[in-house]
Order: sequence, then C-alpha cells, then structure tokens
Amino acid sequence: MELLLVFLIGLMHAGGVYMLLRRSMFKMIIGLILLGNGANLLIFLLGRLVKGHPPVMADGMKVFTDIYADPLPQAVILTAIVIGFGLQSFAIILIKKVYKVLETDDLDELNSSEEEI
Amino acid sequence: MITAVFLGFIFAAFTPVLRKLGQSVFPWVYSLLPLGLFVYFLGWLPGLSNGPQVVGYPWIPSYGINLDFRIDGLSLLFALLITGIGSLVFFYSTYYLKGHPALDRFYGFLSMFMASMLGLVLSDNLMAMFIFWELTSISSFFLIGFNHEEKSSRKSALTALGITGFGGLVLLAGVVLIGTVGGSFSFSALVPLSETIQNSPSYVWIVGLFMIGAFTKSAQFPFHFWLPGAMKAPTPVSTYLHSATMVKAGIYLLARMTPVLGANPIWNDTLLWVGGITMFYAAAHSLFRVDLKSILAYSTISALGILVFLLGVGTEKALLGAGLFILAHALYKAALFLVTGIIDHQTGTRNVPGLKGLGKVMPMVAFGGVVAALSSAGFPLFLGFLSKEVMYEGVLALGNLTIVAVAILVLTKIFLLVAGFWAGIKPFVGHLPTELASVKGPPPTLWIPPVLLGICTIITGVYPALIDSSFVQPLFHAISGSNEIYTLKLWHGFNLVLLLSLITLGAGVALYFFWKPSDTKFAKTFRFESTSPESLFESGGNLFLRFSRFWTDFFQNGYLRNYFITILAFLILVTGYRLLGGVDIHIDWEQISSVSFYEVILTAMMAVSIGIAVLTHSRTMAILALGIVGFVNCLFFLFFSAPDLAMTQFSIDTLTVVLFMLVLFRLPKNKKLSSNPIRIRDGIISLVFGAFIAILTLEVFESPSQTDVSTFHAENAYLLAKGRNVVNVILVDFRASDTIVETVVLVIAAIGVYTLMKLDLNPQKNP
Repeated sequence: MELLLVFLIGLMHAGGVYMLLRRSMFKMIIGLILLGNGANLLIFLLGRLVKGHPPVMADGMKVFTDIYADPLPQAVILTAIVIGFGLQSFAIILIKKVYKVLETDDLDELNSSEEEI
Repeated sequence: MITAVFLGFIFAAFTPVLRKLGQSVFPWVYSLLPLGLFVYFLGWLPGLSNGPQVVGYPWIPSYGINLDFRIDGLSLLFALLITGIGSLVFFYSTYYLKGHPALDRFYGFLSMFMASMLGLVLSDNLMAMFIFWELTSISSFFLIGFNHEEKSSRKSALTALGITGFGGLVLLAGVVLIGTVGGSFSFSALVPLSETIQNSPSYVWIVGLFMIGAFTKSAQFPFHFWLPGAMKAPTPVSTYLHSATMVKAGIYLLARMTPVLGANPIWNDTLLWVGGITMFYAAAHSLFRVDLKSILAYSTISALGILVFLLGVGTEKALLGAGLFILAHALYKAALFLVTGIIDHQTGTRNVPGLKGLGKVMPMVAFGGVVAALSSAGFPLFLGFLSKEVMYEGVLALGNLTIVAVAILVLTKIFLLVAGFWAGIKPFVGHLPTELASVKGPPPTLWIPPVLLGICTIITGVYPALIDSSFVQPLFHAISGSNEIYTLKLWHGFNLVLLLSLITLGAGVALYFFWKPSDTKFAKTFRFESTSPESLFESGGNLFLRFSRFWTDFFQNGYLRNYFITILAFLILVTGYRLLGGVDIHIDWEQISSVSFYEVILTAMMAVSIGIAVLTHSRTMAILALGIVGFVNCLFFLFFSAPDLAMTQFSIDTLTVVLFMLVLFRLPKNKKLSSNPIRIRDGIISLVFGAFIAILTLEVFESPSQTDVSTFHAENAYLLAKGRNVVNVILVDFRASDTIVETVVLVIAAIGVYTLMKLDLNPQKNP
C-alpha cells in the first residue's frame, strides 16, 4: 500500500507543478491545491501507516496499552489543511476580482506593473 | 597627525554650516585649511634627515589594518605639494569661481579630495592606503563632473571613475596578495622582506596588479584617455588633480613600492616600456592639439610617462631624477594650468593659434607663464634644469639599449619644450590682436599663485642647496632605499649630459619656431579615432552593458513560472546528482503493508482524477476532479487511523468545491494559452519532479523514524492535559498558541476575502 501512496504523491506533485507552470490563473490554483494535497499525503505517509488504531484512548484509560497511529503528523496536517483553505479561498476571490477588472485570466497580460502615463 | 589627515573630511562635513558665514567669506575660511596643513607639514621637515618616522593609530588590529602614518622624504614631498598647491588652488578659486551657485559644494569636494590624497600618501598600511586611494577616485569623480549639467562633463567623470575604479579593484587584489605573501600590510614591515616577496611565485602577479592600479591612476598608455577628458573640470580642479595630486598617486605608489618590488628585471622592463611608450606617444600627441588645456593634458601624460620610465630605468641617478622631476613638474605644471585658467577666464578662449600679445595686458601672469615654460624646457637656473640633468645622467647609466632610451627621452623632452612654450610663452608675445584688445588684466587673487610658483622654481633652481640635504636626499633615500648622497650641482662640467641638454634646448626652440599649432593638424588626429584606446574602451563598455542587459533579461524576465522552472531544474540537478551518485534505493518489504482491493480502486480513482484535473479544458470538470482527489484523500485518512483529519478534509474539500463553483462558474472556458512544445517541456519537468519527490519519499520512508516527540505527546495526553484524543490535545493544549495564531491567520484571510468581494475597482462602470 505504501508504494501506491508513493506513486500518488509523485503524481500529485507532478500535476501540481505542471499546473503552476500554466499561464492561466485558474490552473495555478488547481496546481496549488494539488500540491497541498500531495504534501499532506507525504507527511501522512512518513508518519507510517497504521490501520484501525487512531491515537485516541479508550474511555477510562489514562495511557495507551495497544499500538496507535502517530498523532504528530496528523496534528501538522490538520493545521496545513485549514491554512491551505484560507489561502485557496483568498486566491479564488482574488482571481475572480482580477478577471472582473481586467477581463483576462492570462498572467502574461498582467505583466505591466503600472499603467502607462 | 590623524587630525591633520581627517581635517579635510571634517571641513567637508561642515560645508553647510560654513556657508552660513556668508557667500563671500567662507571660501577664505576654506583656504585657511590647506595653508594651515602646509605649515604643519613644514614642521616635519627638520626631522626628516633622521630617517622615516611612523605615527600609528590602531584601527582594525585583528586584521592587521591600522592607520599608521609614515613620514619620509617621499610622503612629505607629496604632503607638501598637496597642501602647498592646494592652498594656491583654494586661494585662486575664491576669485575664479566667484559667485558660482555651487561654490560650497566645490570647496566641500575639494577638501574631501585633499584629505583623501593626504591619507593616501601618508598611509604606511597598504590597506588604509587603498581605502584613501578609492576615496580619491570618488571625490575626483565629483570634481571632474562639477559642471554636471553638461553631458560631456558627466561622461568624462564617469570614464575617469570607471578607469580609476577598475584600477583600484585590481590594486586591492595586489594588496591582498602581497599581504598574504609578506604576512603584513605594513609598508615598513614589507621593505625588509623584499627578497622573500621577489622570490615567491606570486611576485609576477603582485607586480602586475600593482602596476595596473598605478597605470590607471597615472594615465599610462593604454589607460591614458581619461585624463584629457577630465579637463572638462573647472581649471583650478585640473590644476590640482593633474599637477600634484590625483595622477601622481600612481607614480607615488610605484615609487613607494620600488624598495620592495623594484630592482628586478620584470619590474624594470615593464615600467621602462610602458613609460617609454606613454611619454613619447603623449608628447607627440600634444603637438597636434590647439586647446591650451588639451596641450597641457597630453604634456602631463607625457611627464607621467617620463616618471614611470625613470622608475623603470632604476639606476640611482634615475630615481633621484624622478624625485626631482616630481617636484619640478608639480611646480611648473600647476603654474601653467593656473595661467591657462586666467587666460580662459579673461579672454574666454583657450585656442592657442589665436592667442598672442597678452603680455602687455597681464605682465605678472606672463612672468608666471614664462618661468614655468622655461623650467619645463629645462633652461639653466630653473628647477627643471636640475631634474633634467640628473635624469639624463641616470638614463645614460642604464647599461643596455642606452642609446634608444636616451634618444626617446631627448625627443620627448624636445616635444614637451614646444608644448610648454605654447602654453607659457606664445600667448604673451607678439602683437595683441584686435579681437583681444578689450581684455583686462586679472586681479591679484588670480595672478599671485602662478607668480609664487614661479618664484619657488627660480629660487630652488638657483640655490639647489636650499632643498638639497634637507629634502631631496631623504626623498631619494625613500624611493631607492639606498643611503648614498648625491649633491645637486648647477655645473657638471663639459660632458655628454650637457651636450644632450644643449641639443634638447636648441632643437626644441628651433621646432617651436618651425612647427605652429593649427586646426588642420588637429583635424588630422581624428583619422585614428576608431582605433584609439578610448573608443575601444567605449565599445567595450557598451558590449558589457548589452551583455548585462541580456543576462538580466534572461534571469529576471518577469515571468514567475520561469523563475520556478529555474529553481526546480537546479533542485533536480543538484539533488538528483547526489541521489544517483551515492544513495542506493532499496525497499524493505517487511515495512510495506499488504494491499486490499478497495485501496487499489481508490488509488486508480485518484490517479484518474488528477489526470482529469490537469488535462481537462472544462473548469467544471477540473473542479469536480479536484473534489474527488480531496475525498479520496479523506478516505485514506479514515482507513489509516486519522478520523480527525478525515473530518477536516471532508468539510474543507466540500467548502472549496462549493466556493469554486459559486465564484468561478461564470468564467469562460479555459483557453489553450501555451504552445505544444512548451506544454511538453513543462510536462517533462513536472514528471521528473514528481518522480524525484517519489524517490525522495521512499528514501525517507526507509530510514528509521524518530518518534520521541510523538511518544511524549501520546503518553502525556491524559496525564498532563486530561484529554484522550491525542491529536486534539496537541492542537488545543500542547501547541495552543500555534493554533491561536493560525486562527488569526484565518481571520485575516476572511477579512481579505470579504474586502475583495466588496472592493469596487471600476467605480466609473458601476456608479
């Protein structure tokens, strides 16, 4: 199973980078999200895969008696997902606004930094 | 001592305050500065015969860089010239630039320059000397470009800065190298190590680097062309820069380093050739000029060439001659420049063919000019005569190629005599032409400085004993490192030297009457313009500019994705090289868990969705595919014991898809913006990057993981924080402050989203 995940991680990074290299801003966001998912999965995999043993203690227990999944990567990924969402929503609104004002989605048409006077 | 050196900088810093004293008073205040310093340095003169004295101030002792000031014959000669001629120039400028709106700036730059020059010639530490060296380059840039509203003036200043700045960098390399070989930057410590340095393999490099530094500063061929350009500066500046200071700095450096680096064929031959070519080339050039300052510029280059040549000849008499010539040249060239300035100021022209008969209008100026011209020619009873005699004697002792060297020197001297006569005598003799009839005589402020210089020239020429043992001998000892005493004499008897002197004077005077300056001759020199070092330098500079523009455009092209590609390619190449080279990739099958049927299905679903998200042209499809990727991710989290992650991912993914759909649904279809080759290129780059990440992941996965931190959190989740869900405990207890900051970030993002939605950038469209 780990090998399949490694394959998916590689694929998500490849797709993410490819989309980041596009000229369309819309595609860039897709790339960003793909990269984010890939990175999350990568961290998750490196915490080792454990089936059916979440890092939650049974009621009444004070310590773990059985094996448990590594809680630390999970905490990190949880943070990353939430922050990633903040970034995505901001970017989505931003390109919506850019499109509304400039009526283009092409980054190359946004190249001049200031209006000609 | 340190106050004396830095006083100029202090004065420059207080320029705005001094200006408050009033437009007419403050130049006089400034003129007191060099005069006071001149008197101060005169006070060191009696102690000179006891040998060099070093006054030290620690600066950066840990690097061996100190502000040590060394007083010996050479540095004191320069210090006196800098402050002495400086006083005259400061005094002269009070009238010459009277009422100039930027007069305060002028005096500020001038005193800054003077202080830098003083530091340069007095520093015993080569590092400190280099810093002052650069300061002279910078302050002279401001002086040459003083008339900054003229384009040609700016260009000249830039050329001068470019050439001397380049030389300065080369010199720095030389200083560092000599410091490495000799173990010290202190000149005093390097003199005894002369033999070690000359035997080291770096010697050739040291000599080359020092020489390039000196040649650029002292305008030696092929770096000479910045000097005529620097004539765009006001005449007092030219006087100061070209008679005694700036351009002599290179000569000073060579003379200073002679005891350390000299008496070696590499050193002597190079100087001999460069000096020889420069002095002859420039002297011949000066005969084709018609502008007074231009003639003086070329004769200055030629004189500098003579000095380099004499240092290259290297016999004791030649070094003595060089020392004397520094003094003689400074005195007569400063006078000639000042006289030129007066002529320019009073008549408004510097064109030699048209200038004559001014002697009746300004007799005192004529006196200064004639004395300077005769001293330059080397007539007996003038200081120039003494230097010329010793010079010839020194060259005659050269040994090999003596005849060629003497012949070139005599020819150069003949040409220089003519150039000197043009500048110092021709404007004052003959009949006053009608167009100059209304010219008035200059005020004493202008004529006193050249006359003073003339008097000095005559006194020292008639009574050489006045400066001989007290001044000239220590100077000679400082340059040569020997202890011989050569007493200066006016009369050497009938010998070869006297014959050569007579030939020089006779041929020179004859040439003066035979060869007249004219515009047609000047026009002929333009034919060689395209191959002159100046135009080569300019096209080289343009080439460099073009190259840097290309370079910048290539790397800073304004496309974020190109930067991104560069970074990725670099990362892949460097890390990939390491991965291929030393790391063997193996898979430990014991660590790998088995695969169930639904996991394979999910993997396939995810792979297909990624493919669709990347390749589809429809936005809706892309968004939906992205949603599937997120949900499959969510399922993976769920299978492998991360229910919290699964929940978060599920809700966030849903939100993202909804937001995407709502906001971007109405955008038009994706256009195909990039061409196919670019798509293929990007595809290859990203696939390689994906493979690279996958390999890296495997590699990390195979290495044993460190779980101490996780174990700590898991074991203490209940004991310390009373929570059984370890992930939640980490987020809200162990790392609570991080979570608060994260919340703040989210709030900021939310505010940003809200403002963007409310923001109306086109008010005229939606009133």
